Amino acid sequence: MDQMANYIWIIPAAPLLGFMINAGVSFFYGADAPAGLKKLSALLSPAVILVSFFIGLGIFLEMLGHGESERAVSQNLYTWIKAGTLEANATLYLDQLSIVFVLIITGVGFLIHLYSTGYMDHDRSMIRYFAYLNLFTFAMLILVMADNILLLFVGWEGVGLCSYLLIGFWFAVPKYASAGMKAFIVNRIGDFGFIIGFFMLFWGVFHYSGTTNIAFDSLKSVVGSLPGWYLTTISLLFFFGATGKSAQIPLYVWLPDAMAGPTPVSALIHAATMVTAGVYMIARMSFIFIATPFTLTVISIVAALTAFVAATIAITQNDIKKVLAYSTVSQLGYMFLAIGSGAFTAGVFHVMTHAFFKALLFLGAGSVILSAHHEQNILLMGGLRKKIPVTFITFFIGTLAIAGIPGLSGFFSKDEILWKVYSTPNEFFPELPLFLWLTGLITAGITSFYMFRLLFLTFFGKFRGDDEEAYEEVHESPLTMTIPLMILAVLSAVSGYIGLPESLGGQNLIHKWLAPVLALKEEPVVNHEMESHLMNLSILVSFAGAFMAYVLYILKPATPGVIAKTFAPIYKLLYGKYFVDEIYEAVIVAPLLKIRLMLNTFDHKIIDAFVNLTAVVTKAISRLHGIFDRVFVDGAVNNVATFTQYQAGIMRNLQNGSMNRYLYYIVGSFIMIYVFIRIL
Amino acid sequence: MDNHILSAITFFPLIGAVLILLMPSKSFKLMRWTSVVFTGIPLLLSVRLYQLFSPASTGMNQAELYQFVEKYPWISTFHINYYLGVDGLSVTMVILSALISFIGVFASFNIQKAVKGYFALYLLLATAMTGVFLSLDFFLFYVFWEVMLLPMYFLIGIWGGPRREYAAIKFFLYTLFGSVFMLLVMLVFYFSANTFSLVELSSIMISKDYPGYLNVSVIRNAAWILLFIGFAIKIPVFPFHTWLPDAHVEAPTAISVILAGVLLKMGTYGILRISYPLLPEETMKYAPYALGFLGVVNIVYGAFVAMAQNDLKKLIAYSSISHMGYVMLGMASLNVEGMNGAIFQMFNHGIITSMLFILVGVIYDRAHHRDIHALGGLIQQMPRYASFTAFAFFAGLGLPGLSGFISEALVFLGAFKVYSILTIIAASGIILTAAYLLWAYMRVFFGKLHEQHREFPDINAIEVISILPVAILILLLGVYPAPYLNVVEPTMQKMVSIFSDSSGLAFNLINQMSHYLFRG
Repeated sequence: MDQMANYIWIIPAAPLLGFMINAGVSFFYGADAPAGLKKLSALLSPAVILVSFFIGLGIFLEMLGHGESERAVSQNLYTWIKAGTLEANATLYLDQLSIVFVLIITGVGFLIHLYSTGYMDHDRSMIRYFAYLNLFTFAMLILVMADNILLLFVGWEGVGLCSYLLIGFWFAVPKYASAGMKAFIVNRIGDFGFIIGFFMLFWGVFHYSGTTNIAFDSLKSVVGSLPGWYLTTISLLFFFGATGKSAQIPLYVWLPDAMAGPTPVSALIHAATMVTAGVYMIARMSFIFIATPFTLTVISIVAALTAFVAATIAITQNDIKKVLAYSTVSQLGYMFLAIGSGAFTAGVFHVMTHAFFKALLFLGAGSVILSAHHEQNILLMGGLRKKIPVTFITFFIGTLAIAGIPGLSGFFSKDEILWKVYSTPNEFFPELPLFLWLTGLITAGITSFYMFRLLFLTFFGKFRGDDEEAYEEVHESPLTMTIPLMILAVLSAVSGYIGLPESLGGQNLIHKWLAPVLALKEEPVVNHEMESHLMNLSILVSFAGAFMAYVLYILKPATPGVIAKTFAPIYKLLYGKYFVDEIYEAVIVAPLLKIRLMLNTFDHKIIDAFVNLTAVVTKAISRLHGIFDRVFVDGAVNNVATFTQYQAGIMRNLQNGSMNRYLYYIVGSFIMIYVFIRIL
Repeated sequence: MDNHILSAITFFPLIGAVLILLMPSKSFKLMRWTSVVFTGIPLLLSVRLYQLFSPASTGMNQAELYQFVEKYPWISTFHINYYLGVDGLSVTMVILSALISFIGVFASFNIQKAVKGYFALYLLLATAMTGVFLSLDFFLFYVFWEVMLLPMYFLIGIWGGPRREYAAIKFFLYTLFGSVFMLLVMLVFYFSANTFSLVELSSIMISKDYPGYLNVSVIRNAAWILLFIGFAIKIPVFPFHTWLPDAHVEAPTAISVILAGVLLKMGTYGILRISYPLLPEETMKYAPYALGFLGVVNIVYGAFVAMAQNDLKKLIAYSSISHMGYVMLGMASLNVEGMNGAIFQMFNHGIITSMLFILVGVIYDRAHHRDIHALGGLIQQMPRYASFTAFAFFAGLGLPGLSGFISEALVFLGAFKVYSILTIIAASGIILTAAYLLWAYMRVFFGKLHEQHREFPDINAIEVISILPVAILILLLGVYPAPYLNVVEPTMQKMVSIFSDSSGLAFNLINQMSHYLFRG
């Protein structure tokens, strides 16, 4: 359309360039790069993201100037894979949905890059770190800008790779390295579903409509010709893929372990962007999901369970990052809850607000950890608010936002979801929306509780570490770190207003922006009165959670211990994360590892033994038929007996180093084959 | 030169071998660089060949559709010709063979024992391999096939590891066993049709006007099975695979590279060049079992056994078995997507596995063992080596953006249309592969560095030279595979056209399955 559209390619290309430069420098210098180059990398790496952000912003502004059906722009770079009926183009595509993601990825991404220049300043491998971070941004941008499923998958796997590399960034610690591996493999299990879904979709579309174009735009118009049950299978498979990347039951187990990576990585990859890829993918293919109510019901149930289970685990965790990790899983559950109700716009709205406040919370946690000399256990913190005021205030705002305190962003997006969940009827189980809504509501209360628990334990009360000196040395982080915190705090506070619901006299701008490109369910009957009632209820729940945390951790700090003792089995279950890792280990991993050993034994003890037996038999036969020996094997192996008695003398003769002899063998064999044919 | 470019590509290494035999036995340097030159020229020529090649040369049963044909009577009594030519199937294999031969020379620079013999045999091997891919005469094909065995046998048996003799003889007998079958089938064809020309044979067989013995259906069926066993040993197909890990473990690095990079492809190439066009009906009958089912067994079984290995090289060897399963599955699909994927996977496996074996060789040179448990933390000591290895491992597990992904995706896509259930089982390979490769990577590179490994130098220039070309190729073809796919596509279109479409059936099967589950 306009000028900016020609520059779409720069959006992913800029971070790619950053990656290449950083990777090159890192490859040549290793960890001993000169200080000048480190400075250059710290300047360049955020700068390339900023370039992408501004291009994205430019395109966004141009989109605003167009009618809602004329906003999409695309740029075909080249034909990527063409074989038989398959044609996948390297085409970048931006519409209302993907531009939102582009702005989140590059905007929040830039702030996290900037923060990282401070956070990773003393790390020897800072350049390598930035190489990975740039590469991640590139892959994530490809994911959201791809115009077809196969290209999306490139970004999908690419972000998985970067996640692997960054989780294991401090690879000297074995536990960290295995967390990276776990993340990649668990994601691959999801990918397995994803690709099978793709194959079914491809051949299904081919079979029923004769189309081979796999661009989303084209699929949108032809999936209608596929039978419903067939689409249901496809959408379930794609959802299974999403449970990997977006950490839903049953594949969420990798995300809490992923906290082994540097904290800004947790903020960027494992909270703000990558884990929302599943939400994006489903929103992108909303035209399939909306047509498969069965899948939507499955998604709803899984999402509600995930949100609730993860929130309950978060209550008992003491590692500041682990609490935030489970909270991320839980919040992703809310996003999928929205999807399950067909409210894709509400899901994307929550993606955005969550990106702001969760990035803020993680970066704040990073600032705490750095200030507290790499202490992550909140039981050993306390009273930090006076020492690190900027971190404290911004973290406080983030907590208010995620806890759903009215007026801040999280409140609006979460409430939008709860309302949609409540008001969208389910055709299979009429009672389901009520249950889902109730689960969401309770989870909101739990969320408020564990977040305020985290806040109080970290920043309030007395310092509980063993070392008073350590407390004295706690100091605020540098400006490169606090500025991103402040910007994100502002965004966490105000960004909710773009989704201000009509019941509060708002316009719900984000809904109006996204609605034209998403397949949506029919709007439920507008009942602003009911909506307001429910909203008041959820406000009440949020405050109740916060208040309980206040009572337990500020007023009566001894009580939590008593409660844990009184309800020991429940506490142990939650603290042990429902022992899901242990169950998976016993039920899936251990049997697979056993199979590998069994098959290996089979390979050696059965197949190979059979081969050796055959050799012995051959030997016996060849004794009888000396001709066979002379014609086929002679010259090379005079006696097949060497096969079983390989220490025998023949090889020693072969190896006497005389070149002539080797040649005789070769020429001799030539002649023999020739003669053999002539005789015939 | 352009008229005899195929002969030149084939026989240049042999000239090098002769020159090396004439050299004084102590001039190692001269011999090494002679080998570089005499594998380098064929590589340049094969690039030239690629430039001149027209994708419209779809070969198979039409003699005029082969390019750069050279046909001279050789043994006229038996109508045996020296008959070379390329089509879309062979042209890429020739490039692969020339490329791998070239980089293998650099991986051979550290050979100290009987250098003269080593390089002479090595170059002879290069000639034989190329010859196999270019022969259009069954007899010539067979001769090159047999000639290839001998240098391979000696290269493993003399320059190999501690159990080299066992491994060499096992390799030799196994493959010889296979070629006896091939010989039998070849003679049946000759005595029926009175020609060794693969082109003529395929045009006769496709016309279904079966001459002589071939008119008997049992003989055709037996011929397919015997040929398959002959080729299956080379691929290697479960349960004929146990020679491969032994051969790899004992073979010197460069020979493993050749073995995995080129030799295994001869099995699948042979099936595509001989079984498919000569016995299309039987191919349709047996492919689902012999290639489809066994291919999936290869994928899953190979991956599980790879996961159980402690020897890094053995692990890569079993991963080869697993990856060749993808080729078989793609071939079994008998549709363009799957077949294109199979051919591309042959090439990709060739370059990726070569890289993996060279990298294993690098660590073996320093540690003198390859025990995964005894390594660890090497990323601290050898960061560049770790980067290259990570690249190769991710290429091996089919990361999008690298070439292996495209071939695997095409194989699955093609196979899914015909064998949906088998493909779903096969696709679990992407999880298993990630598991065994990343687990191995973690144990070798992460964790604590052993004291005695603290002196290891990082990867050196010669080693980098030997992997850089393939690394670049892996990346380029992953981002832009058209130069490969476009060349192969028309030939595969044509090959597929001789098989009637059987895809509807299996597709309905999955339909019915979904229908049953979600009748909605």
